[in-house]
Amino acid sequence: MRAVAYIFRRELGVYSRSPIGYFVAAIVLLLDGLLFYAQALGPLAGERLSGEVLAAFFYNASGLTSVAAVVLSVRLIAEERQTGTQVLLDTSPLHDWQIVGGKFLSAFAFLTGITLATIYMPLLIFVNGKVAVTQILVGYLGLLLLGASVLAIGMFATALSRHQLVAAATGALVTATLFLLWPLSRVVDPPISLVFAGLSIHGRHFTGFQAGVLHTRDVFYYLALTYFFLLAATKVMEAKRWE
Amino acid sequence: MIQLSEVGKHYGDTRALGPVSFEVPRGKAVGFLGLNGVGKTTLLRILACDLRPTQGVARVGGSDVLEDPHAVRRLVGYLPESPPLYRDMSVTGYLRFVGHIRGVDPASLTERVAEVEELTGLGERRSSIIGELSHGYRQRVGVAQAIVHDPEVLIMDEPTNGLDPVQISEMRELIRRLRGSRTILVSSHILTEISETCDEILVLHDGEVVASGTEDELSARVLGATAVTVSIRTTPASGVPVEPDEVARRLRSIEGVTDARPRQAGPATLTLEVDARGDVRPELCRALVEAGHDVERLDRAPRELERVFLELVGGGNA
Repeated sequence: MRAVAYIFRRELGVYSRSPIGYFVAAIVLLLDGLLFYAQALGPLAGERLSGEVLAAFFYNASGLTSVAAVVLSVRLIAEERQTGTQVLLDTSPLHDWQIVGGKFLSAFAFLTGITLATIYMPLLIFVNGKVAVTQILVGYLGLLLLGASVLAIGMFATALSRHQLVAAATGALVTATLFLLWPLSRVVDPPISLVFAGLSIHGRHFTGFQAGVLHTRDVFYYLALTYFFLLAATKVMEAKRWE
Repeated sequence: MIQLSEVGKHYGDTRALGPVSFEVPRGKAVGFLGLNGVGKTTLLRILACDLRPTQGVARVGGSDVLEDPHAVRRLVGYLPESPPLYRDMSVTGYLRFVGHIRGVDPASLTERVAEVEELTGLGERRSSIIGELSHGYRQRVGVAQAIVHDPEVLIMDEPTNGLDPVQISEMRELIRRLRGSRTILVSSHILTEISETCDEILVLHDGEVVASGTEDELSARVLGATAVTVSIRTTPASGVPVEPDEVARRLRSIEGVTDARPRQAGPATLTLEVDARGDVRPELCRALVEAGHDVERLDRAPRELERVFLELVGGGNA
């Protein structure tokens, strides 16, 4: 696990030293803030209940978290290949799962930091309303699980290509497909609709989290999705290490 | 230390290397000489476990590169043609990271990194950001990362690539300092670089090892002779008159010398070229001194390795 920690520390340092980390954090926080203002205080607020405002906040945040996860993950391996530093990792006695694990955890830690930096928004609801703390906690758990899954998809995409743009496009395409499965599940007949709904990364599996309802099946789904794509990324790394 | 048996690399139908077979004993410095694109980098990447051979067996320190690549990776330090540097990190930060991932004991890492920085002349730049360093310093950081874990085998691919003459000289001196008990493999298409830093030379051409041995052995084998340049004073202290043809005749009478001819007779110095079987420099020196001549210079003929190289790669008439 030490090797994972070394990779984790180095990659986390990159986010803090390069503009990409600050840029993503700034954009996500700005848009989250604007959307929250519109939902809670602005013209969209209307006569909503506090719980509904919080659910809308998590709904919006889930989209922004997913986009941020794709952007944060695409550089992780493709950049190493692009700049020629991958050879350093390839010729060192590191296992591929250690490289993938360290890089994934660093991106996840950074994404967690950005996500938790929005905590003041749900807390503002307490000024004029009342929501259950568990709804906030479950909502954030959902955001982090969704973020981890999209990061894992991004890891897989970045392992596939040496070009960051291609990696970004691949990651975005896979994520968008998994998002679209939910609306698609409503327009196709069973049993395909059940399969689509079950695989959908957002609708069915995230609705519970944004409402403050914790289903084990949703947690398991996100963990399984994360594991699957991290495993796929590791296998791609293994195949590419010995070209 | 290194054994290769029928090792080759193909990309589809295209042969990039081999089959090549050779052995390198522990502690030897071996230079891979060849034109660009003959397979030097492919060979070194295979030994550094960065590229999978498509045929043959390659062993480093007794471990097969295919069966136990991690054991090989622990033994090897590798400097690719373009050093793999994180340009956003400081020199020390980068070397510490490399030390960590290469398994250096964390308790001794600080000391080891400082030692390597001193050895590679990076002491004053240890806090500098790598991306802000000159090309020469970045190349040194590349060498430092390859030796930070004190590897038994050091592999360097074109280590003087892109350096200016002063930096080249410093890099050669650094390579000589790094030798010790280490096995070193260096690739280059620059002849003097190999001859000045290595014990043995392997000449690669068209993906195959076409010759191997010391510079003397290659000269003797390829050119059929070793060429030596001798310079003596034309006004020696002994007062013995210097007749170019007479001096050449005397040198030709030495056992092993196949030819001797005056090349340049100046007002103060007479230079002769001598061809011989094997290294006869001590005998030449002794004969000249015994004949009362003042020897100013006696060394291997310049550009000899170049002649050998051109003969081997089929460019002798170029």
